[in-house]
This record gives sequence, C-alpha cells and structure tokens, in this order.
Amino acid sequence: MNHATPGAQMKVRGIHKRFGAFTALNNVSLDIAAGELVCLLGPSGCGKTTLLRCIAGLERQDRGALYIGERDISELPPQARDYGILFQSYALFPNLTVEANIAYGLTGSSRDESRQRVAQMLELVGLSGSEKKYPGQLSGGQQQRVALARALAPSPSLLLLDEPMSALDARVREHLCTELRQLQRQLGITTLMVTHNQDEAMLMADRIAVMNNGQVEQYATPQEIYDQPATPFVAEFVGQGNWLPFQRSSESHAQVGAMSMRLATGAGTARSGRLFCRPEAITVNPVVHEENLFPAKVREITFLGNRCRMSFELKALPGHALLAELAPEAMPRLGSQDIWVALPPQSLQVFA
Amino acid sequence: MSLPLTPAKDARRGDVALGERLFVVGGKSLLLVLLLLAVVMPLLAIFWKGFSGEAGQGGGLLAARELFASENFHWLLGNSLSVALTVTAIVVPLAYLFAYALQRTLIPAKGLWRGISLLPLLAPSMLPAIALVYLFGNQGLLRSLLSENIYGFWGIVLGEAIYTFPHALMILLSALSLADARLFDAASSMGAGPWRAFRSITWPATRQAVFAAFCLVFTLTITDFGVPVVVGGDYQVLALEAYKAVVGQQQFGRGALIGMVLLLPALLSFGVDAWLRRRQGEAMSGRAQVFEPKPSRCRDACFLAIVLLVCAALLVVIGMAVYSSLVTFWPYNLTLSFKHYLFDDTAGGGWLAYRNSVTMALCTALIGSIVIFTGAYLMEKTQGQRLLNQALRLLSFIPMAVPGLVLGLGYVFFFNLSGNPLHVFYGGMALLVLCTIAHYLTTAQMTAATALRQLDGEFEAAALSLKAPLYKHFVRVTVPICLPALLDIIRYLFVSAMTTVSAAIFLYSPDTILAAVAVLNMDDAGNVGGAAAMSTLILLTSAAASLLLAGASRGLLRRSQAWRQRAPGH
Repeated sequence: MNHATPGAQMKVRGIHKRFGAFTALNNVSLDIAAGELVCLLGPSGCGKTTLLRCIAGLERQDRGALYIGERDISELPPQARDYGILFQSYALFPNLTVEANIAYGLTGSSRDESRQRVAQMLELVGLSGSEKKYPGQLSGGQQQRVALARALAPSPSLLLLDEPMSALDARVREHLCTELRQLQRQLGITTLMVTHNQDEAMLMADRIAVMNNGQVEQYATPQEIYDQPATPFVAEFVGQGNWLPFQRSSESHAQVGAMSMRLATGAGTARSGRLFCRPEAITVNPVVHEENLFPAKVREITFLGNRCRMSFELKALPGHALLAELAPEAMPRLGSQDIWVALPPQSLQVFA
Repeated sequence: MSLPLTPAKDARRGDVALGERLFVVGGKSLLLVLLLLAVVMPLLAIFWKGFSGEAGQGGGLLAARELFASENFHWLLGNSLSVALTVTAIVVPLAYLFAYALQRTLIPAKGLWRGISLLPLLAPSMLPAIALVYLFGNQGLLRSLLSENIYGFWGIVLGEAIYTFPHALMILLSALSLADARLFDAASSMGAGPWRAFRSITWPATRQAVFAAFCLVFTLTITDFGVPVVVGGDYQVLALEAYKAVVGQQQFGRGALIGMVLLLPALLSFGVDAWLRRRQGEAMSGRAQVFEPKPSRCRDACFLAIVLLVCAALLVVIGMAVYSSLVTFWPYNLTLSFKHYLFDDTAGGGWLAYRNSVTMALCTALIGSIVIFTGAYLMEKTQGQRLLNQALRLLSFIPMAVPGLVLGLGYVFFFNLSGNPLHVFYGGMALLVLCTIAHYLTTAQMTAATALRQLDGEFEAAALSLKAPLYKHFVRVTVPICLPALLDIIRYLFVSAMTTVSAAIFLYSPDTILAAVAVLNMDDAGNVGGAAAMSTLILLTSAAASLLLAGASRGLLRRSQAWRQRAPGH
C-alpha cells in the first residue's frame, strides 16, 4: 500500500517549563525524524507528559521552541498545530456515534467526502461496520482504535500518544502495541508516545528518550538503551541490573571487595564508583574456564516459567545480594549451595 | 488506499481563533460584569449606605452606635437569636434522623417520604405560617389543644421549622448517601456494635454536613421575615425590622445597618464551613463499595415511626393551607368554593401577580441556567485567563453567603442611587430576574460544576486537536451529556424564583408585583384566605414544573440510553 501522508520531522529546542517551584522540564531538546516513532519513557513526574502537552499546545512552555517540519508552532493555539492525539482515556465523545466521532475533525469537507473518509479510517483500524455504534457499546481495545481513527482522520502531520495502553488489560496490550506499530509504519506518520512501561517502549519505538527530573537522560535506540545505558538512572530504570562498588586498581582492573575484576578496554576511566552488570550476562558454573570467575553462595531461586531468577552473594562480598538469570535447564547443574559465577569483562559497565 | 483529503485549514484558522476568543474571554468577561453588577456593587452599596449619615435615613456611625446601644435593638436581636437557635435545635436533629432513615435503613416507600418532606420547598415561607394560623390561631381548628394562641415565639419557631426542614434535609441526605461498606465490615469484624460503628464511621463523615445544615437553618431563619410577618404577632425580629425600616419608613440607612448585622452570621458560618471543608479533604476513595443496610426490624420500625410523624405533620400543615384556601368563609361557612382564587375583592395584585411570577420564574430559569452553566463550563474547562478564573470562582461563591433580604436591600441602595444610569431598571422585571439569578447563583453553579467535573478532562483537548472550536464542542458534546444536570438547574431556579420573597419584596413595582409578594400583602390586609389561595397556586405551579422537568429528564435518559450505558468491562 502506498500512502500520501509522510509525517513531518519534529524538533524540540530547549524547552523549559515550571509549575510554581517545581521544574517539570529543564532544557529539553529532541529531534524526531519524519516517519519515526519515538517513546518518552520515564517514571511518573519525570516531565514526559508535560512535554507532550507542550507539543500539543495544552500547556505553554516558559522558554524554548517547537517545530513541525519547518513551521514554528511554539506560540500557536492547539487548533493551529496540526497533530492528532490519542489520550489515555481515549476521550471519545460518548453522545456521538463512532461515525460522528471520527468525522468530528473533518470540518470543511462535504458530507460525502467525510462519510467516505470515515469508512476509510474504520477499514484502516479494522472496525468497518461500526459506524452507528456508540463508544459505550465497544470494548476497550475497539474504543482505542476508534480514538486512533479519529485522531488520524484529518491527516495530521504528527501523532501524539499519551499512555495509550494503560487502560487496557495486559493480555490485549501486547497485541495492540504490535498493531499500532504496524499501522504507524504503514502510514509513515511521525509519532511521539508517552509511556512509563518499558516493555511497550521496547516493543514499539524506533528511538527511546528516557526522561528523569525534567531532563532527557538518554536518547537512543532500544538496544543501545538496554546494552549501553548512559547513566545509572537509565541502567536502573530499564531492565534489571547488579551494582558492585569498586576501586580502580589499574587501567584494566577494578578491586571489588577482595576480588580483582578485569574490565574491558575502554570501559571508562573513573577511579572509583559502581560496576553495572545485567543478570543474564552472568554465567553460573561455566563448563569451560572464564574470566572473572568467583565463588558464590545461592540465596534463593525463583522459577519464572521460561527462565529462572537466582539470587546469590559473592563469598568475597557477603551480604550484597546479586541477581542472575538462567535457563531452567541450567538448574540441575547448580548442585549445591556453593557455586561459581563468571562476570564477563565486556558486560561490566563502569559508572562513577 | 490513498488519503485524498486536503482540508482548507489555513483559510479558516483566523476565524476560528477569533470566535474562540470571543466565546472564552467574552463569556468570562460578561460573567464578571454580571457578578460585579448583581452581587458586588449592591453589597458595597449596603456598607456605603450604612455608614453614610444622610439626614433622616438612620445611617452613619452615630446612628449605628445609637442603634446598637438601644434597648429595642437588643430586644430584637435577642428574639432573633432565640428563634434561630430554637429552630436549629429542632430541625437539624430531626432532619438528620429523617435523612438517616432514608439513606441507611430499609423502611418502605422511601420515594414517597422524600417527596413529602421536600414539599415545603415548593411554597413561599408564608405558607406554613398561614396554615399555622388556621390550625392554632384564635379561630383555629385545633385551637383548643394549646393554652395560648400561636402568635409569637412558638408560631415563628414552628413555621420556620417547617420552612427550613427540607433545606437541612437536602444537605444531610447527600452527606449520608456516601458510605463505604468496607469500613462497616471492618468495624463489625472487630466487634463494634451499630452504635460504636455510627460513632466512629458515620458521625465523623457527616458532622461537617451537620454543621453546614446548622449554619444554613440558622441563616435562613434569622433572615426570613415571611413567617414572622404572618404569625409573629407582637414578637418582633430583626429581619422584620429591616423590612419595615426600608419599605415602611424609608429609613434606608437603618435598614442597611440591620442588613449588615444579618450578614454577619452567614459570612461567619460560610467562612468556618469553607475552612472545615478544606481540612476534611476527600472523604470517599474511588474504590469504595456501596453500603447496603442490613435488615433490622427494631431499627426500621423506630425510624419509620419518626418518618411517619414528620410527614404527617408536614402534610397536615400543607393540607391545611390548601383546604383553607378552598373554604368560603372561615370559620363560619365551611362549604368549599374557589372564591378566594378570584382575587378580585382585594388589593395585592391577584392574577397579575401570578402571571408576573410565572414570567419571572421562566426568565430566571432559562436565562439563569444558560448563563450559569456556560459560565461554569468556561471556568472549569478553559485554562487561559487564570486570574479571571480565580476572580470568577471567588465572586460566584459570595451569593451563598448573602441572605436574600440583604441582597434585596443592596439592590434598593445601588439601583436607586441617583445618578446611576442603571436606575431605569429599578422596579422592572429585568432587575427582578437579575436579582433572583444572582441570589440563587451559587447552588446552581455548584450543580453545574459537579456535573462538568464528571466529564473526561481530555474532551476539550481532544476537540482542540481536531481543530473544532470550543463553542461548537460545548453545544455538540458538553450540553447533551450534561442535560440532566441542566434540567435540574432549570427546575431549581424556577421553583426558587416562584417562591422567593426576601429580595423581591424591595424591588417590585405595581406592574411587576409577584405572587409571593401578593401573599404577604394580602395577609397584611387581613385577607388570609386569599393569601392561602395564592400560596397554594405557587405550590401547585412549582410542583407541576418540577414534575414536568423530572418527566422530561426521565424521557431524555431513556432516549439516550444507547450511549449513557457504560462500556463492557469498565
């Protein structure tokens, strides 16, 4: 299929926003390429929703500029900004039929044109034939699709998604994420989505902007965010991880308690701080010898279906609980409480 | 699939922005001017009049000191206070028991009792007083039951009790309607009996409403003069004195001074109430489970007895008023006739007054509901003009704290001011409508705000993102969804306008005399039968309008059932 609405690129330049004494956004800049889907990810209160509302014109930034394409929209009222938005609550008008909801933004076109457009949009979201129903007669997932159709009907150059999945059951959530992503790719519309759910962000985004305290901590692809978190906050917020306090003993080695761990080349120059390691990077009782191999003691093993989570402590660092993830078939290899674990140098990241 | 639509956005953008600003800023400014003219200026006029020592008007600081030191004033004040305190002591506990019976027990026919208990709202405050005259007056039906006649302290107390009962009841009904079943389960699982559960759960959750009811009844009683005029006899009260000072003696300054005194308890209780409300915070969590009373024979029987007693008393009083309006010549000729409804043999306005009242009530209900609802919408749902919003919110709370009598005095002083270009409205229908809207603004506005707050907060944002102008969204989405609340506001304003006398008494001219004022005048002229007939007419009209609007609301809900039902799984 061929679509005539390539999204425009979006630029956010140095946005500041304060609410009284609280700084919601502190010098936020962001470039979104045309047709890209970007997720704003962060805990509640990090400023992600405020940024979305500033872009939508529902809040006015104190400083900074916003562009859709080459157009400066910083001071425009919401009606003049040319975006579609999907709210957490969907905000479908309950007294209007599905048809009237979708046609709501189609002012200025003839009745036939608008009816045709509604049918087209409903087909796009897979709800053909629901024209005469009221939102209250649809399921949550269907309501979301109608809201999406309504947002897309006037062919906006930017689509904003405000926690679109949080009102849905966990079961339908993943399915709808995939569907929404497909639709977005198919239309090629530039999209900005706000979420606090890292799975959703990972599943859908081309790039993720992890936000904290009104600032963007890291703006990169999902894989980069996971594998090379730029800050301790990103490492902590996305996925699970282990932290080990260290003192640098040489260019290539760090002293953790009584253990000397080798670091990969180029792992940072900090003299002391914390080492970070993902649970799945840890090998337990390796068959062949590996670097950074240390004796440890199992504390607890939790069975999670497709994998197991093991809590353990290094014998040289008693009382400091660490996590490893392993396949269930690796369980019998554990044997007793006493094990050996390997922390591969390339999986150890250095944070000051 | 191609998307051929190229909306002509840019050409229309300018118009949209202009229309939008006109609706939002224009609407708010209009409301601000209205509140300033209809509430603030008249109030300021009272203070100005009270403290300016114009000759022969009984105002000024000197006159004030003289008045407040006088024996007569102390006597009036004492009378007013003892009446108001006695009425609250009777009404609030009784209304609490009644509300408790309707909300927390399993007595039968709750709807019926509720309907009967709210009947006094539909008539002016003179109606219970007139009925009391027929029951316990010198030639009353039950005169022999009392040792003294009804005129005086106990007459006023009884009349005011009946008049204020539904007002207190409504506050307590809504306070008792909210209960979290989980708390009661927890209490009984810890071995608490019903009395302990009441003391630790129900009472703390409702005591603020009890205080609010206390304040409302006190204020209503101390500022009402409809009842004292009819059954007060020689027992004078402050409200009556203010009325006489202005209407009878043209002592505007003296009226203003008493008006200020009467404003005090209302302002005080309003302030304390607002403070308590802020301290209490949110009473019910969103996950509360609805409380369902468990059957209890003994409890239900006791409460049913109380409810029956109260309803019987109310029915006797209201029935007596209706009956007496039909009796040809009390107590000598008890045959029934419509003679009193001809109103031809007396002064007082008669059918003209009735027609005026209906016109006034219709205008108040229609104009008032549109202005108030639109104003509430703009205040609740638009973010710009923060300062203006705050000013509007503050100003729209004032009328609640201002008794009708005081507001009416303010209108006299402000609109009667020589040199005020608005003087042309004095005595006209427009001013009566304006004053009535202003008087009942707060309650109507709160009803509107409550309904509006239940709407999804993102509706407006969604409409804006779809480039729809706000006024169009308001008409197409907000009004249809809130129509039941809007009908409720219309009903409230209509009934209030039909029955009000406190402010209107100062503002009518012979052409614009109102039915409730006619009741007062006829009673004053000794035509108690005519007064009863007019009161009955007001009662019937209010009841008919209420039923009509309730029917309309029900039909509307049925028709819109398709979209008012909740989504499955929500």
